[in-house]
Amino acid sequence: MTSTLRSSLVLRWMLAALGVILALAVVQELARPETTDLVSSGTAESTLRRAVPILLAGLGGIWAERAGVVNIGLEGMMVLGTWFGAWGALEFGPWWGLVIGIAGGAAGGLLHAVATVTFGVDHIISGVAVNIIAPALTRFLSREFFVDRPGGGLTQSPRVESVGSLDVPFLAGGDLFGWTTPDIFHWIEDRSWFLASDVAAVLGGVTRSVSWATLLALALVPASVFILWRTAFGLRVRSSGEHPVAANSLGVSVVRMKFTAVVVSGGLAGFGGAFIAIEQTGIYRENQVQGRGFIGLATVIFGNWQPVGAFLGSLLFGFADALQLRDRTAVHALLLLVGVALAAQAVRAVLQKRNRPAFLLAAASVAVLWWYAVTEEVVSELPPVTPHVATLLVLVFAAGRLRPPAAIGLPYRRGQE
Amino acid sequence: MTTSTVHAPTPAVELAGITKRFPGVVANDAVDLRVAEGEIHAVVGENGAGKSTLMKILYGMQAADEGTMTVGGSEVRFSSPSEAIDAGIGMVHQHFMLADQLTVLENVVLGAEPTRRGTIDRAAARRDLEDLGRSYGLDLDPDDHVETLEVGERQRVEIIKVLYRGARVLILDEPTAVLVPQEVEELFRNLRELKARGHTIIFIDHKLEEVLAIADTITVLRQGRTVATVDPSEVTAHQLAELMVGSDLPTPSTEPRADDDHVTLAIRGLSIPAAEGRPALDGIDLEVRRGEIVGVAGVEGNGQGVLVEAILGLREATGGDIALDGESISGWPVRRRREAGLGYVPEDRHRRGLLLDAPLWENAMLGHQTTAPYARGPWIDRRGARDATTDIVADFDVRTPGIDTTARALSGGNQQKLVIGREMAAGPRMLIAAHPTRGIDVGAQAAVWADLRTARADGLAVLLVSADLEELIGLADRLLVMLRGRIVAELDPATTTPMQLGGHMTGASGDGDPS
Amino acid sequence: MNLRRLVLALAAPVGAFAFSVGLSSLVLLAVGTSPMEAWTEMLSYGTRLETFVETGNRATQLYLAGVAVAIGFRMNLFNIGVEGQYVLAALLAAAAGAAVDLPPVLHVALIMAVAMAVGSAFAGVAGYLKVARGVHEVISTIMLNAIALAMVGFLLRSWLLDETDTTLNMKTPEIPPSGRFPQINGIVETFTREIGRGRELWGFLLVAIVVGVLFHVFLNRTRAGYDLRATGINPFAAEASGVDPSATVVRAMLLSGAVAGLIGLPEILGDAHKYDLGFTRGLGFAGIAVALVGRNHPGGVAVAAVLFGWLDSAAPILDVVGDTPREIVSILQGVVVLSAVVAYEVVNRIRRAAEARDAAAASGARAPA
Repeated sequence: MTSTLRSSLVLRWMLAALGVILALAVVQELARPETTDLVSSGTAESTLRRAVPILLAGLGGIWAERAGVVNIGLEGMMVLGTWFGAWGALEFGPWWGLVIGIAGGAAGGLLHAVATVTFGVDHIISGVAVNIIAPALTRFLSREFFVDRPGGGLTQSPRVESVGSLDVPFLAGGDLFGWTTPDIFHWIEDRSWFLASDVAAVLGGVTRSVSWATLLALALVPASVFILWRTAFGLRVRSSGEHPVAANSLGVSVVRMKFTAVVVSGGLAGFGGAFIAIEQTGIYRENQVQGRGFIGLATVIFGNWQPVGAFLGSLLFGFADALQLRDRTAVHALLLLVGVALAAQAVRAVLQKRNRPAFLLAAASVAVLWWYAVTEEVVSELPPVTPHVATLLVLVFAAGRLRPPAAIGLPYRRGQE
Repeated sequence: MTTSTVHAPTPAVELAGITKRFPGVVANDAVDLRVAEGEIHAVVGENGAGKSTLMKILYGMQAADEGTMTVGGSEVRFSSPSEAIDAGIGMVHQHFMLADQLTVLENVVLGAEPTRRGTIDRAAARRDLEDLGRSYGLDLDPDDHVETLEVGERQRVEIIKVLYRGARVLILDEPTAVLVPQEVEELFRNLRELKARGHTIIFIDHKLEEVLAIADTITVLRQGRTVATVDPSEVTAHQLAELMVGSDLPTPSTEPRADDDHVTLAIRGLSIPAAEGRPALDGIDLEVRRGEIVGVAGVEGNGQGVLVEAILGLREATGGDIALDGESISGWPVRRRREAGLGYVPEDRHRRGLLLDAPLWENAMLGHQTTAPYARGPWIDRRGARDATTDIVADFDVRTPGIDTTARALSGGNQQKLVIGREMAAGPRMLIAAHPTRGIDVGAQAAVWADLRTARADGLAVLLVSADLEELIGLADRLLVMLRGRIVAELDPATTTPMQLGGHMTGASGDGDPS
Repeated sequence: MNLRRLVLALAAPVGAFAFSVGLSSLVLLAVGTSPMEAWTEMLSYGTRLETFVETGNRATQLYLAGVAVAIGFRMNLFNIGVEGQYVLAALLAAAAGAAVDLPPVLHVALIMAVAMAVGSAFAGVAGYLKVARGVHEVISTIMLNAIALAMVGFLLRSWLLDETDTTLNMKTPEIPPSGRFPQINGIVETFTREIGRGRELWGFLLVAIVVGVLFHVFLNRTRAGYDLRATGINPFAAEASGVDPSATVVRAMLLSGAVAGLIGLPEILGDAHKYDLGFTRGLGFAGIAVALVGRNHPGGVAVAAVLFGWLDSAAPILDVVGDTPREIVSILQGVVVLSAVVAYEVVNRIRRAAEARDAAAASGARAPA
């Protein structure tokens, strides 16, 4: 019974993904020849690569907040991850770079845990302090370790190697025992069949030259779900964020749970930072995190404190990011999609006799479509802030459906009531 | 009244000479408690008698300063609840220790999870839960989220939690405080079932009828000391009450009231629809006259708290009217009501009454910060405020090192005297006092009663909400009983016993709302 | 009793600073440079008159930022959005100042009014969202920061750009002389010597002092300030005392934003006379640090602002002399922040315990047995 349920769940997800691709493909057809990049293997590949650091920050946020500790220090922990990742990659190779980047982020997490759990410092304040210390420390370390190297400097490292990538055999033409398998997705993509080719393009994008680190990061989504929801340890972590006094009264060491979760949180953020330096850009540069830790925090809310939700959020934000960089006109075409989607929601609201939302949605739809019609391209500052705007909208309109952990942000001292 | 000590061959639990001191208070003073195997042993006493502290020591949540504990014949010393759990002791807390967003099953197995290949073995846990539920008559769905459960069901989860850990000795801390009568009966059925299966139960309560109905042995605590251990078949409720209160203690009482027909507070048809399942208000009519104390009795959560908040303006009423000295104040914000002379002694002084981290003089002006002597125009009058606070501290016997001490440092009794003092000093027309003596020591209690009597004699109108029936009967001129958001009875305290009052509160006495 | 209070109050910041200097020294030792030499260099360079002028300028901005943050903190509102508020306000105020021509004092007043209004309005969004929709201000201000900075980029690029400028530096048109704030070197020079190297002490320092005094008076002497503090300590008790919680939240955010709006003005009115890409950013976050170290107290924040301002101004010498990296000063500042908040927490616990003992003694002395 569970297995049928699970397969139907998988089926539903696949249908939903197909629906999204279909919508994008239709918009692309409508907007031709304005853009061809809305659904392409390049966009898909770029979306995934840009989503990974956000996803890792989001998972980091979920781990800490599930244990009841607010972590706005994610940003600083990612900064530590970028520097230590790049340094480790330079010294010992890219894989060690990832490990050392994770350790750097985890050290930031440890600092946050000591301040908030041991000393009872307000979580926000401690997080802000971590965000202040991290860039100062990395700048100092750059001066010490990067300035004298060829290509390095006060604000950047020499170039670093990536961990390498994989073409999935048979689907994306990867090698298998020295034999190059056929690239089925590419073959279908080339046929220019409506939808089928689009799907193949997207799938090809995410299966061709996909970084091992990306695969590792993606694996952390089910791993987090498994650990937090299936194991005894996970239950104890979550109970520490829901009702720490109750957990303690049953012999759970709440302090240890919070410490562990916050250190893991920092490690995940550090992984995200290391990914940016090693996989995304191949270099450490100051300020390259650019608020992704905060966007990760946004995906926590966006995804309702669920790893899968954070994953979807990171894909959405990664998509906005990727389109912006690849093809500005594609973003403009997307307005058409948003406008139509809003109109559909408005119709739904009318059918459900919810007049005020219907009116608002219809007005928003008209505004977006009008915007599409009268402009040639979207203001370039807009796509990078879609995560922020989207998060505010979610909080404003869907706050009732969010379920944050009950004891989030509250100080905890053993033996209290 | 003789004190008989019940001896059993090997006691399940024996506490000897337990002493626990807190700053300024001795909560337990050489307490002895001997609980026989397989009995239901009630520990009774007034608020602040030291019952809860004693149980927290037995459950390892607090460490005793002196004394010994023996469980099943061997001496023990617990530094955490998990050690108590290992020794077979379980506790059902008065305020449920349940995580709302987790399921029943998760709440039960937490900390003692059965695992299979690294994951929680939910199938095994569910089996165990259903077995427990069947054999003790505790009916629950393991997959329900706790937030969807009723109070009685939550208590069953707590009991199963304890049994799941193999507890032989169960401590229940005021388990009936939050239950309606039917749920109390259900609970007692469950307790008898547990006893029949050889469990030992320590039952903390201060409702005497309940204790007499269920207990095999009763130990009475007063002011942190054991005063007696008695057999319920040999005592009456009245004797037990005497033991609890002690004949030398002050009891609340008032002189007959002078005739004065001026109505200070008039409430007509006040209604607030129910939210989140809690009973709200349903057509409340009441009047408080000048120089009159009107007592409001009721089982907790039957609308008394909502009534108080509605009068103050903290909650918006949907129907009806509130008038102060004939003027409708229904549409007024809280501040205007306070300025018009509405005094307020909150039910939970830490939450609603004090700025714990601010100095006393800033606490004294809370609620009066817009009026003299605390303010002059838009400005704070520091000197005026400090002088007024010094007076309050002296007049109401607030024991503090000074008026710059933070409120947090004071004991509960002294905090309460400050709260009462500041409300009285402001010269209110109407005082809303909710549980004014809850959780404070006996000396402070007497002081609070004296203050209320004096204010009444000076013509103050008082609405007194309390769970302490003696206090209500002793102080009030008239008694109103609330049940499910309605006033179901009006009684004359001169001719009412606590027993009768209790009957009205639970709707058992016929003329209330029996549904 | 009062002596103890004073010692405890000073122990935390002094201890935190000493700890931070010690830790930074260890870091320097670890990378093989002499901490003594570095600190001596900073002290000797830092005690020059010109460095003090720099310190004053930097501290002016840091103080305004610290006060903006502290207003929120005093009622448990975390205005993380000061960063976005002040940058947006500076841009629009600079543009407004260049667009009009008014008599001297009036012109400056208008620019300040615009800056405060913009900062206020933007912070007010977060206040409104909290009150009306229950959105926590930390999240909303983080998101609004990004949105504000995006707006700054867009507005500067498309609407407010100085069309006559031929360089690549995007900037707003220059503010005419009537809209500039005079320097106050004269005041300092009366007591010392002539200030060299073309350094100018910005007159806006005086505005910052006035803001600090007003903040103190508002907080401790007015009913509105009491309501704000009471809400910060216990919102439920404040509500029962007649404080309207929603109005207080919005009011505090508006005030915080108004002060935030002023942060960029010392630079714009005293030095740059325009908004360009060289405009100092990051003061909003630095303001959080300064407010934390200064315990959100008008005087404490001032001390913290001067300390941080001095460290920032004295650090550059390390680039010139010796081989100590100047970034050690940033590390020092970061460690000060974290160790200070930890130290305050620890001292707070000690103080509470001591007070509880005193109170118990006071009540026990007359209590019946």
